[in-house]
Amino acid sequence: MLLQADNISKTFFRNTGSANYFYAVSPLSMEIRPGTVTVLTGRSGSGKTTLLNMLCGILQPTEGRVLMDRTDLYSLDDAALSRFRNEHIGVIPQARSAVDTLTAEENILLPARLYGKDPPAEKARRWMENFEIAHLAGVFPRELSGGELRRMAIIRAVIRDPDLLFADEPTGDLDDENTHRVLSALHDLAHGENKAVFIVTHENDAEKYADRVFRMDRGEVFPLA
Amino acid sequence: MKILPLSVKNLARKPGRTTALVLLTAFLALAVFGGSVITLSLRAGLRSLEARLGADIILVPSEAESKVSFRNMFLQGTTGAFYMDASVAEKALEVPGVEKAAPQTFLASLKADCCSVKIQVIGIDPSRDFTVQPWIARSLKNELGDMEVAVGCKVGAGIGETIRIYEQRCKVTACLEPTGTGLDTAVYCNMKTMDTLLAAAEAKGVSHRISSGDDSVVSAVYIKVRDGYDIGDVNTALTGKLRKVTAVRTRSMLTGVSDSLAGISRTVTAMIVVIWVLAFVILLLAYTLIVRERSREFAVLRLLGASRNMLGRMALYESAVCGLIGGIAGTGIAAVGVFSFSALIEGSLGLPYLIPGFSTILCLAAGTILLSVAVSALTSAFAAWRLSRVNPGTALRDGA
Repeated sequence: MLLQADNISKTFFRNTGSANYFYAVSPLSMEIRPGTVTVLTGRSGSGKTTLLNMLCGILQPTEGRVLMDRTDLYSLDDAALSRFRNEHIGVIPQARSAVDTLTAEENILLPARLYGKDPPAEKARRWMENFEIAHLAGVFPRELSGGELRRMAIIRAVIRDPDLLFADEPTGDLDDENTHRVLSALHDLAHGENKAVFIVTHENDAEKYADRVFRMDRGEVFPLA
Repeated sequence: MKILPLSVKNLARKPGRTTALVLLTAFLALAVFGGSVITLSLRAGLRSLEARLGADIILVPSEAESKVSFRNMFLQGTTGAFYMDASVAEKALEVPGVEKAAPQTFLASLKADCCSVKIQVIGIDPSRDFTVQPWIARSLKNELGDMEVAVGCKVGAGIGETIRIYEQRCKVTACLEPTGTGLDTAVYCNMKTMDTLLAAAEAKGVSHRISSGDDSVVSAVYIKVRDGYDIGDVNTALTGKLRKVTAVRTRSMLTGVSDSLAGISRTVTAMIVVIWVLAFVILLLAYTLIVRERSREFAVLRLLGASRNMLGRMALYESAVCGLIGGIAGTGIAAVGVFSFSALIEGSLGLPYLIPGFSTILCLAAGTILLSVAVSALTSAFAAWRLSRVNPGTALRDGA
């Protein structure tokens, strides 16, 4: 699936006395193609996460459209857009994102269970073994470390085999070995399974795994490679 | 749709939170059900009293005024030992406007070897009685025979058993329906049986003699005033005609009881309303805090593809289950309390108290439980609706 951002922007209200609205993301157009890894870097507060949220269908742009193939995401009603996200988009959020009342395995299988699909337990187990958290399947999130939670969130994002994968600082809590393992896995998903992968990161090493790199500064996006 | 299993896990795996919500709802249900049963029981008691006390005026010997409280005597069924000439009933019928005059004779048994229980015995004339007889007729097809008695529901004697009063054996032929008054602890017989019992009591030293020396005595005469006559005028005429007799208007007593009842009823209703308003606010705050605490969880679910509708349903399921369990628990506890301590409540209120029938109680319990579920669902739905409008990205970042 091809994702196109068509002249999207986002403004927020901020009572500054002179100009009450400011651009978190200035008008921009971009494409995220299947089979590629797109990396977005930039300083904190530059608008990276806002852009990611708009692209993955959870934050409506102030202006512009986000198209997946021919589907305008924000023209869908909430139920349709939610289902679309569940089926086609995987998101690895920046913050801790586990449901506390579910075990690690239940968290991973949650996207499938939300709509009554057969949970891909075998696939989940393979990923958990690959990320070395298989022994934590029955453990609740409060007993997991930041790195383990992050790996759990990554597996949960890919478990429904989405066409697009968005990752917000996916290696933030990981050591070098696991950083390499995660970035390799995302790269393999793009190139091996023709997924479109979009990564927001501070990690310099991420650029090694990218097909395209953008830098964001004060709401504006610049291509680097 | 697989939100329900998730709700069940949320409830089961957060036992502290679930218990707090259940307890809060249980307290509400307890207040509503308990308060409603007390109010309804008082109202049913008054209705029963009004139905039983069909008399407009009651005649008693003047000396009775110093021996017993009329209010207790007629409203609670507490009888006393006072007597007057039986001819008072016939004389009363001669007064213009008097339609019916039904005599009753009271006798208290002793807590002694001669009597199996200490009870009030009330002698009635079935052919003339219009106050107690209709109530007795509901439980007894035939008229009371000689040495036969009908017992109030709290006397503790069954049909076919024999009770001993002043060494006289009386056969129980009927157990009467509850009235919610002291009459439930009395036994009823015809006048011939009463004459036998009075004579037996005399032999044991319990005198019922009156100054005229006449053997034929009654304790009170219940008067029904003919339509079109003013009760006050008839009352005055009776007082003028009958010597050493006091005429008491029942309306004034009923009005007093009705006023007391209305006061208690208003207080209980006001308490229920205050408790529910407070509870509504507390539940709203509780659910707002809980939903806010769960903002990250809601944001994650949105991120994974849950719609606002699904989140609303999840919040609704969870609060409805808490409301249901709390409602059942609260209603159950209130039922145990109200029914176990009904005698204590009745005694402390000093008013006719008749617990409504099973079907009414069942409807009341169902209504209370339904209300608990509805209020829980309503308060949580509002909080969940507000949160579902928050952007998941913002919620995750703020909750980080």
